[in-house]
Amino acid sequence: MAQVILFLQQLLNGLSLGSIYALIALGYTMVYGVLRFINFAHGDVYMLGAYAGFAITNLIYQICPLDQFNAISRHTFVPIFACTAIVMLGAMIFCAILGVLIERIAYRPLRDRPRLTVLITAIGVSLFLQNMTQFFVGAQPQAFKQLIPVRAIEGLGDLTVLSTQAAIIISTIVLMVFLRLIVMKTKIGLAMRALSVNPTACSLMGVNNGLVISFTFALGSALAAAAGILVAMDSPSVTPLMGNVPGIKAFVAAVLGGIGNINGAVVGGLVIGVLETLVEGYGFPQLRDAIAFGVLIVILLYKPTGLFGRVEREKV
Amino acid sequence: MKVDRCTIRFGGLTAVSNLNMAIGNHELVGLIGPNGAGKTTVFNMITGVYQPTEGDIFLNGERLNGLKPFHITAKGIARTFQNIRLFVSLTVFDNVRAAFNLHLKHGPVHALTRGGKFKQEEAEIAAQAMDLLKIFNLDRFRDVMCKSLPYGDQRRLEIVRALATKPRLLLLDEPAAGMNPTEKGALMTLIEFIQEKFDISVLLVEHDMRVVMGICKRIYVLDYGITIAEGPPDEIRRDPKVIQAYLGE
Amino acid sequence: MKYARTILAVFLFLLFLFALIGERPFSAHFAYYYDILINIGINIILAVSLNLVNGYTGQFSLGHAGFMAVGAYAAGSWADHLSPGLINFIAGPNGVLTFVLKPFPILQPLGLPTVLADNAALVVATLFGGLLAAVAGLAVGIPSLRLRGDYLAIVTLGFGEIIRTLILNIDFLGAARGMSVSGTYTNIFWTFGFAAIAIYIVLGLVNSTYGRGFLTVRDDEVAAEAMGINTTKYKVIAFVVGAFFAGTAGSLFAHYTGYLTPEGFNFFKSVDVVVMVILGGMGSTVGVILAAVLLTILPELLRALAHTDFVPAFQRGLEGVIKIHLPPLQGLLENRLILYSLLLILLMLTRPQGLFGDLAGSRRRVASSASK
Repeated sequence: MAQVILFLQQLLNGLSLGSIYALIALGYTMVYGVLRFINFAHGDVYMLGAYAGFAITNLIYQICPLDQFNAISRHTFVPIFACTAIVMLGAMIFCAILGVLIERIAYRPLRDRPRLTVLITAIGVSLFLQNMTQFFVGAQPQAFKQLIPVRAIEGLGDLTVLSTQAAIIISTIVLMVFLRLIVMKTKIGLAMRALSVNPTACSLMGVNNGLVISFTFALGSALAAAAGILVAMDSPSVTPLMGNVPGIKAFVAAVLGGIGNINGAVVGGLVIGVLETLVEGYGFPQLRDAIAFGVLIVILLYKPTGLFGRVEREKV
Repeated sequence: MKVDRCTIRFGGLTAVSNLNMAIGNHELVGLIGPNGAGKTTVFNMITGVYQPTEGDIFLNGERLNGLKPFHITAKGIARTFQNIRLFVSLTVFDNVRAAFNLHLKHGPVHALTRGGKFKQEEAEIAAQAMDLLKIFNLDRFRDVMCKSLPYGDQRRLEIVRALATKPRLLLLDEPAAGMNPTEKGALMTLIEFIQEKFDISVLLVEHDMRVVMGICKRIYVLDYGITIAEGPPDEIRRDPKVIQAYLGE
Repeated sequence: MKYARTILAVFLFLLFLFALIGERPFSAHFAYYYDILINIGINIILAVSLNLVNGYTGQFSLGHAGFMAVGAYAAGSWADHLSPGLINFIAGPNGVLTFVLKPFPILQPLGLPTVLADNAALVVATLFGGLLAAVAGLAVGIPSLRLRGDYLAIVTLGFGEIIRTLILNIDFLGAARGMSVSGTYTNIFWTFGFAAIAIYIVLGLVNSTYGRGFLTVRDDEVAAEAMGINTTKYKVIAFVVGAFFAGTAGSLFAHYTGYLTPEGFNFFKSVDVVVMVILGGMGSTVGVILAAVLLTILPELLRALAHTDFVPAFQRGLEGVIKIHLPPLQGLLENRLILYSLLLILLMLTRPQGLFGDLAGSRRRVASSASK
């Protein structure tokens, strides 16, 4: 029985971690879907989301220092929730704008160039963001002030679920629902889906491709920002290079699920999160980071289209 | 070359269905059909880009299924492309010379030691490439970047390049596309000439009926992947199924 | 390049003379410039070898630092564990070379036996490092063959990181602490000697009918296959040769600095080399050599600029205008990566072909499918 509990615990931890990867992976997959291009700089948008949250949280602390709250109860729920929501929304808006700016300045002018050129530009943007951030705030980790008091949730027996983990999972679910609503039920969501299939036809049908692309970037970046905040709540330090490792793992998650496929990104993220946690939990912590790379190589060798991906044939 | 009951399916779409084709030595055969009939797919199957879902392809009795494209070219089948696929960063001369790689006797080591054998072979290749270019009247463009050539010349360069691989069977995918009537006439003469001179068979996909009827001795007609007719030009010209496929009811 | 071999021979001879006579005093008195020279040589090897893969064959590899690491660590551990017997045989007190040179007492003042042993050790170690790196190149290249564009880039990046993680976890190689290399034998002769060899091999390979095959793989794989070119073979050869020389560069680096850490061979190091190749123009050996020289010297120039009074004065002026206090701007100048990233972005936006590359490759729109 203890083994089962242990396994469930790992599973839960994995889902929490995987949710983060899923959120970031969505950005990669959506941008790839409409532009056929891997946005190397996406991990750094996630990082900047965390920093934006850091700044906003510090501002909020001027008014209402959240670390006075030790537990979530009827009295403390409202201020905690409100402040957290403000931080998250603020960071999401900031990153949405940032994403659109990056797209306009660095990627849009290269619309007609080979994909390789844009990839190189993306690498440049990524390095630029990381190092400029490092220049302005220093390389030392900054402590993210408490938003949600970190407590184990009562009443689950031997399972330990932290309040932050619950927040991560709940937030992710909420964001997924919103995303699904947008992609499936709105006109612009339809345009996104159409664009990922045939851009030329889209513009011929009167769709403003540029607008849809910018919107896609905004959406993906906002999700990455949310991920950044959620992570910062859980492990409260932010560094300029924090986007590198999660970024590449989320990318692998997107490929695992089938790059371009939104459901796939979520599944991929959760799978990678769970795999990592299991590997670490069952005795091989040093292999934790290598898991993602291993998965990547295996997929690309055996099933490059991923779990749910479409095969794209080159017309000869 | 023999295509035996070949079918190729992409997911739910059957692009080519139960194709039977035979091309003997020294034949000039045409393959026509409305757009989307599957003609280029047939080419891709024969050259190994796609594998037939069912059926076999033979060359001189040897089964070609499953071989990689460069293998098939080595066995003696060369092709041109519907959308021109020249090597854009190479000159006209180098485009042709690259195709001699197939029959190269020396390897990378010789390229480094630059001995007598290397120089001799390079000289031979250069000479043969120039000869080919001369036939097509492209030798004056020797060191020009192939992208700067006029469209019609680029198409002809593709043919030269394919010939450089010393094929037994040459597949030409719409070689006359975009040419004016005079150029087309010249092309027809050229194709007949190279067929004679190099003792090869040619399988020609074309939309221009004058070209096809003019030089092909036999024609296959494809529509939606199915062979709807086969025979000499006169028969095909009068075949009601063919007329219907092109012009509708 | 009709007289390539003659030029190579003359160059190596001059280099040899310099190494024999002038190097020691030069390195003693002009240590700073000596350091830059050696780094230029190493960077040239890296850039020229990566150019074969990225530039001529069109396979965008982001894992070059991994091969360099393999070479560095292999050569470094060779020096300590594997070589004494062989070196002794060649250049020891009773060794072959020592015996051959005994009748020439005029060579004594050059400290001959030790010098020979050192050089032999370096060459053997470097070849070993290169060989092991070539094997790694084979291991990475073969699975990556089916991938195109973006995917190939990510996978090679992944392999580079895997190599680095492996080293990080192998105690025998010093893991995170790093590994010291006993024997800092690297000298100008071998550094530029290997550079010259790398250049000769890459140029010699490519400028032949055989070598044109690499370019066809870059331009149009489908057409290349249709013309009978075994694209797989070419890609593997490019990877292996590229990796070999990256390994030699790694070994030379190891025997120069004397200490290796896995961090020194991370993705940023790969980016360093990639920037050189892109700046030089993918597919132009001359271009990447120039770029390697430039990008080795540039950080030094900027560092010198950072230490002048100009920058603080400029900063004070700027802060006065925009009324915001900025971190010390010297940091911007000394941070190679900020410069490189800006350089990459600007290059791609304005001159993607780099200094000497050809424009032909950069105007096509290429569909990036995951695999064939």
